[in-house]
Amino acid sequence: MGSHSDIISTVEFNYSGDLLATGDKGGRVVIFQREQENKSRPHSRGEYNVYSTFQSHEPEFDYLKSLEIEEKINKIRWLPQQNAAHFLLSTNDKTIKLWKISERDKRAEGYNLKDEDGRLRDPFRITALRVPILKPMDLMVEASPRRIFANAHTYHINSISVNSDHETYLSADDLRINLWHLEITDRSFNIVDIKPVNMEELTEVITAAEFHPHQCNVFVYSSSKGTIRLCDMRSSALCDRHAKFFEEPEDPSSRSFFSEIISSISDVKFSHSGRYMMTRDYLSVKVWDLNMESRPVETHQVHEYLRSKLCSLYENDCIFDKFECCWSGSDSAIMTGSYNNFFRMFDRTTRRDVTLEASRENSKPRASLKPRKVCTGGKRKKDEISVDSLDFNKKILHTAWHPAENIIAVAATNNLYIFQDKVN
Amino acid sequence: MGTMFARGLKRKSAEDGEDVEGGLAGTQATPSYSLQRQSLLDMSLVKLQLCHMLVEPNLCRSVLIANTVRQIQEEMTQDGTWRVVAPQAAGRAPLDRLVSTEILCRSVREQEGERPAPDVGDGRMPGLVPGLSAVPSAQALRSPQSSLWEVDSSRENRGGFQKSLDQIFETLESKTPGSVEELFSDVDSSYYDLDAVLTGMVGSTQSGHGSGLQAFTSAATPPPGSSCRSDLGELDHAVEILVET
Repeated sequence: MGSHSDIISTVEFNYSGDLLATGDKGGRVVIFQREQENKSRPHSRGEYNVYSTFQSHEPEFDYLKSLEIEEKINKIRWLPQQNAAHFLLSTNDKTIKLWKISERDKRAEGYNLKDEDGRLRDPFRITALRVPILKPMDLMVEASPRRIFANAHTYHINSISVNSDHETYLSADDLRINLWHLEITDRSFNIVDIKPVNMEELTEVITAAEFHPHQCNVFVYSSSKGTIRLCDMRSSALCDRHAKFFEEPEDPSSRSFFSEIISSISDVKFSHSGRYMMTRDYLSVKVWDLNMESRPVETHQVHEYLRSKLCSLYENDCIFDKFECCWSGSDSAIMTGSYNNFFRMFDRTTRRDVTLEASRENSKPRASLKPRKVCTGGKRKKDEISVDSLDFNKKILHTAWHPAENIIAVAATNNLYIFQDKVN
Repeated sequence: MGTMFARGLKRKSAEDGEDVEGGLAGTQATPSYSLQRQSLLDMSLVKLQLCHMLVEPNLCRSVLIANTVRQIQEEMTQDGTWRVVAPQAAGRAPLDRLVSTEILCRSVREQEGERPAPDVGDGRMPGLVPGLSAVPSAQALRSPQSSLWEVDSSRENRGGFQKSLDQIFETLESKTPGSVEELFSDVDSSYYDLDAVLTGMVGSTQSGHGSGLQAFTSAATPPPGSSCRSDLGELDHAVEILVET
């Protein structure tokens, strides 16, 4: 693997955690399934193996604007499982698709009107009728597109979020948020529009949006100015007026020309409990109590040592990298990525944090990950890495946490790493 | 370099006649800060142009860079440095800017190991890499004035600067027929040669190379029946050559 199209662009566990979906720059979706517990092969328990691979999006061309539309999958979101089949939404910059993934492990044999090889029989030669019987076959996993939600976004879609009502979902681009019904593809409702009448006055864009996990009328969206707005769809059809506005006052002593850029929120995620939400900006992760708009209740530094390098990071565009973040199943821990294939985990109860590395050289299968440390100045200790040696091309932008267990998925460019807590 | 921008304090408005830099705690000497700020401005303007060259401009990134440029502009206006530069300093200033930007580029170059040195010989475009010097940046920004890089600025220049910022955002959405003329009024025919050079495909408007060019091409190829077509005349002719119709 080494081509650009293999770069993983999104990672998402389903509601049970048995399935893990990844989307890549080439428009492909790969779904991994967790192996069932098997007494004869105890080590295979918990391993994720490829379950299904399909091409979700293809590159397109917008003739009206003379622009290519990338096939890169920006986000995947699973639907709660309602029957034997699995459903997920996948989106690129412009179009959202609902995919059905179903298993087939039986086939019918003994048709009346056709041969085993499919050739039609001459009806006059049929003298007896029989009931076809189902015979087992090798498992086949099929993915088929069930709905295509297109032509609703002028700007690039950055988020999709399934509502707790399981009937609707939202899609957000830089300037607008639309509400869809999963069954209806030919229309959507615009619920947020921050496009100024005069584009010259544009100074802020929407960066992420998510539905509340339990309250189906509530959603939040974050902006490039470091603000989060919580909206209640019951109050009005067009949620241009927020119900709550979250913003941390700026620290005047650390202000620089880069302050706004590093305050831009790249991801927002509700906790499983629905009491908190977490935001990721360039240097930190913040946990907010939904009842307190004035400031976050927790701030975790991801890589504060980069603050003195902001000018270089602006020049090489790394300052615009959009890192995601995620909660553990119990909301007791949070995780986010960094550079040099490092990712960070913060335990909210013990207040401890750790830096780990996702790389083949540094981790053997079933060996524990060694904590890493970045040396910020002065004498570099053994095993520490100096800030100037960090590889800024190795970024971990996408991570996911199993909804119930301590299993995490970390995407490092075009490699997927799955780590889990050792079970005795 | 890094510390200055990381910890630089927001400049308070200058008292009359007072040396502004002297009043700031924790910042370095005057010329260094001005140089670095100018370098940041130069870099930002280059980035905004680069936005136009990409297949699809990232709106969030463009907005953040444009806001940065506005911040610098505001501060320079407050400082009084967004004014006519004294003649004796004018000759020296571009070289100084070259130096500081080169230093900035160097530190990143060591990381990336590939960025070429700025074109020292081109006094009009300090800090640009040679590949970019083929892009007449002032033209690409559609400023009627000669160069945005020079600190000498009349009101007109500042207007041109703001106009360019505005136009950057206008190009990100489809143009209405009325504004097409305004867009084209600043452009001479050499721009179309530039299009050909950049896309490597003379006569093709379907290059998808960035919203800046796209704005021109899409404006040049309005939907059938659009009333602006009748107004273009000579422009139509140029466009026809591009699309080979």
